[in-house]
Amino acid sequence: MGSSSSSMDNIPNAEELMQETGFSAAHLLRLYERFEFLDKDQTGELRPEDFGAVGGLALNPIGDRIISAFFSPGRETVDFPSFVRVLAHFRPNDTNRTRNGTQQEPVNSRTRKLKFAFQLYDQDRDGKISRAELLQVLRAMLGIQVTEEQLQSIAERAIQEADLDRDDAISFDEFRKSLEKVNIDHKMSIRFLK
Amino acid sequence: MQRCGYVLLLWLVGSVLLLCPVSGVMRVKDKAALTHKEPHLKPSESKSNANGTEHGHGSSIKKVPIVTFKWHHVEAPYLIALWILVAGLAKMVIEANHHVTNVIPESALLICFGFILGGMIWGADKVQTFTLTPTVFFFYLLPQIILDAGYFMPNKLFFSNLGAILIYAIIGTCWNAASLGLSLWGCHKGGAMGDLDIGLLQYLLFGSLMAAVDPVAVIAVFEQVHVNEVLFILVFGESLLNDGVTVVLFNVFDAFVSLGGSQIDAVEIIKGIISFFVVAFGGSLLGLVFGLLVSLLTRCTKNIQIIEPGFIFVLGYLAYLTAEMLSLSAILSIVFCGVCCQKYINANMDEKSVSTVRYTMKVLANGSETMIFVFLGISAIDKTIWVWNTGFILLTLLFIMIYRFIGVFFLTWILNRYRLVPIGFIDQVIMSYGGLRGAVAYGLAVMLNESKIKEKNLMISTTLIVVYFTVIFQGITMKPLVTWLKVKRAAVTELTLIEKVQNKLFDHVLVAIEDISGQIGHNYMRDKWNYFEEKWMSWALMKPSVRKTRDHVFNVFHQLNLKDAMSYVAEGERRGSLEFIRNESAFIDFKKKFGDEFSEAMPDIMADMSDDHGAASDMRRHPVPSVSLEMHEQTMKGMRETEDINTHHLLQQHLYKGRKQHRHRYSRSHFDVNKDENEVQEIFQRTMRSRLESFKSAKMGVAPPKTISKYSKKDQQQKMPNGKSLDKSKSYYSGDEDFEFSEGDSASGYDASGSTFPMRVTYRAGAGIENPAFMPDMDPMAPIQIPPWLAEAELDSGMVAPSQRAQVRLPWTPSNLRRLAPFRASAQSNDSFMLADAPATQPRDDEELPPPPSPPPPPSNRDGGYM
Repeated sequence: MGSSSSSMDNIPNAEELMQETGFSAAHLLRLYERFEFLDKDQTGELRPEDFGAVGGLALNPIGDRIISAFFSPGRETVDFPSFVRVLAHFRPNDTNRTRNGTQQEPVNSRTRKLKFAFQLYDQDRDGKISRAELLQVLRAMLGIQVTEEQLQSIAERAIQEADLDRDDAISFDEFRKSLEKVNIDHKMSIRFLK
Repeated sequence: MQRCGYVLLLWLVGSVLLLCPVSGVMRVKDKAALTHKEPHLKPSESKSNANGTEHGHGSSIKKVPIVTFKWHHVEAPYLIALWILVAGLAKMVIEANHHVTNVIPESALLICFGFILGGMIWGADKVQTFTLTPTVFFFYLLPQIILDAGYFMPNKLFFSNLGAILIYAIIGTCWNAASLGLSLWGCHKGGAMGDLDIGLLQYLLFGSLMAAVDPVAVIAVFEQVHVNEVLFILVFGESLLNDGVTVVLFNVFDAFVSLGGSQIDAVEIIKGIISFFVVAFGGSLLGLVFGLLVSLLTRCTKNIQIIEPGFIFVLGYLAYLTAEMLSLSAILSIVFCGVCCQKYINANMDEKSVSTVRYTMKVLANGSETMIFVFLGISAIDKTIWVWNTGFILLTLLFIMIYRFIGVFFLTWILNRYRLVPIGFIDQVIMSYGGLRGAVAYGLAVMLNESKIKEKNLMISTTLIVVYFTVIFQGITMKPLVTWLKVKRAAVTELTLIEKVQNKLFDHVLVAIEDISGQIGHNYMRDKWNYFEEKWMSWALMKPSVRKTRDHVFNVFHQLNLKDAMSYVAEGERRGSLEFIRNESAFIDFKKKFGDEFSEAMPDIMADMSDDHGAASDMRRHPVPSVSLEMHEQTMKGMRETEDINTHHLLQQHLYKGRKQHRHRYSRSHFDVNKDENEVQEIFQRTMRSRLESFKSAKMGVAPPKTISKYSKKDQQQKMPNGKSLDKSKSYYSGDEDFEFSEGDSASGYDASGSTFPMRVTYRAGAGIENPAFMPDMDPMAPIQIPPWLAEAELDSGMVAPSQRAQVRLPWTPSNLRRLAPFRASAQSNDSFMLADAPATQPRDDEELPPPPSPPPPPSNRDGGYM
């Protein structure tokens, strides 16, 4: 939210953040440390280069997409609350919490997780995964192992499988339907260390 | 069927009865073949050989015998073979009644069958001639089951739950052993079982042999209930690994018992603990080494493909024996050998060898599983081993149950604090209840040394009771319990590409998130391992030729396409010979899914997606690994054999042979090149003509007709009356001369049908395509699926089209055209075949046409599945 730069000794709006993201204080503290570690020049905000410094991301075929998912459109930096909010997508879904919190969908709900994945494809943010967008991701993930034509036909087939309204693109609803049988909660969660 | 079963049963009984007196007569050799198979086998063979020759000599002096009866000559192998036959027949009879096996698991039935057989043998011999001896069990029956389990292990699932599995297998088993031993000892002290000569150490020894959940029993029961995969892998993985643990514990306590209570001090105990780890990890390591060895070996067996499947079995067995020799854990060794080599050998070996390995594995494992259960039953019918002590037996049963529950719940409680996906309460109940004991416990009990353990027979009978109780009672109640508790079952999922792509994406995302949040988690480790594996292991252990196409997504894609191609042909076959009509009935599901206005590029695929039968094939290179012992469940699902055979035959006769028959057969030593002179000639001429024509038209700037059309609704509804179409198609494929591939005809034909022609996108090699890289001809999948970005491509005049005569005969309906699809596919690949073979005569074409390594058409792929 605000540009309230985080102070050194305590995390701003820690209570709110915990409420919103469901992270415990220990989690939050750990993530804050991590945030500060990544924030090399101590601005209280991360720039894409800061993420680039994370070793593994360079090897990750879709690392750049994931980095850009941390930045809301038009912004060059990400502050700690937004950082945590993005990470909160990957918190495992604790059932009791979701059941109670009907008033507002928690950030780690199935839909939100899927939305996150969807946006990794949907680079132009038009709400649809076009063939070209899918192809880009596929190319990144499959790399040189498969020839371009094979990639094309894989993309084609994948789109055909999901595309219900035959507009040659996958909308979010179609995306969600195609993954109905997948246990997203398992596949899109990690165990955050305390 | 049933009647047949009874007849067989009678026959079986007869054969057994026959067998018994014979073996009774031969009791001179005291215990017959199976009991002392191995020390007995070689000597007896050579001895009887000698006998035979002597006999021959001796008799030649008197008179020439026409026939002699030489039972001794063949006794041991004969009995073994007979037993295998009997066990196999037993299984067949049992499996004939599905409504029985639905209620009572097969393993329980086999044990009961063993009771009956044992009774007969007892009746005939008055002594139990055949029992399951530890040597036979551990050396000849167990290894292949464990190897099978390792080879078919779903690796990803196994390793992602390895932590939990190890905790259950090691701590859980130790807990079971200690608690059972101590409690029994306590009860003994309390006087619950009367006067028994068993000390604390003996109780612990007994506890350790009873501790292990038995993989054979677990597979047998769980494969019929289809619980969710995580639950299954937990129980199954535990049962596999804890065998190693239990054997180690057994040996340690056995040594302690031999030492005697007074000799045991802290040093000995520490030595015991150390030996535990050495034995377990040493065994696993040895297995890994052997696994790598197999993988390396299969890398260079391309010239001896016919025996390469043998290596897996021999080396697996050697891994087992070597571990046994070094007194390491043989079971762990062979498990890890299988786990480690599966990926590489599947990639390295020829496809035929892979399916050979698969089937042989299943045959052996299933066979010995059957034998084990039958013999477990037979062994019970022996008066000499039965010592009844109600207190001991009942308390053992009770404690096993209770401590299993306590152990599982306690360990799960700890594990759940660290697990991303906690193990639910119901799953825990099933895990505890699934603690079946089996032949391993029995084998160990029989191995007890009678001189040191006075109550050996009591222990054997208790073990048998426990085995029977768990396998029969718990086995039978497992299914109702699973249903009643509403345990999450294994989801029957359809393979879809998008899901696989997603899963891959998710993996990457999770790794990235772990990276960003700066923790070294599970995903991080897996990613690092994958990286290492890809970079080094695959490099070292895989043939270079197969390394490229190993990506999982691509594999799935390949599988799906194969499946489609199969069902495409099967569908055409079902509808009457070669008529590949796409009428509404084929589209029903599809329409439901995609609405009326579908079509575009892939009518075949779509139609076939909606067509769910005839799907799987043994061509599938990587079916989802499953530890199910039932091979047919994996590969034979939905196979309609007769039709497939027909189709195969048809294709064999009427399709031109592709140059390469099988896409995946890299480095084949025997390469089936099309040798049919006439065919080659004909194809060559057609190809030449069409190319000439296309060249002409290109030169003259005549743009070939564009025919991009969609299915109109009318087309889809247009359905040919079945009889008529059958008729026509018969006349159609009955003679090759009907096909004249003159492009003039076909072009006009396509033109004429331009408005209704379904969008099987076709293109002409050579003309009208801007980007040669996009030529679908180079694409293995092209004949089945041509993406719409090629939609602007022109119709291929060189493709197989009916001759004028044929066209006259056939009204131009879209269905007629569509039915030609498979032919066209084959002709396409022959195009490039010709090119490859005659580049000199066709210098001009080289630049426009796809390079030689053209993949075979899908029909030939299908062909290959049946060779």
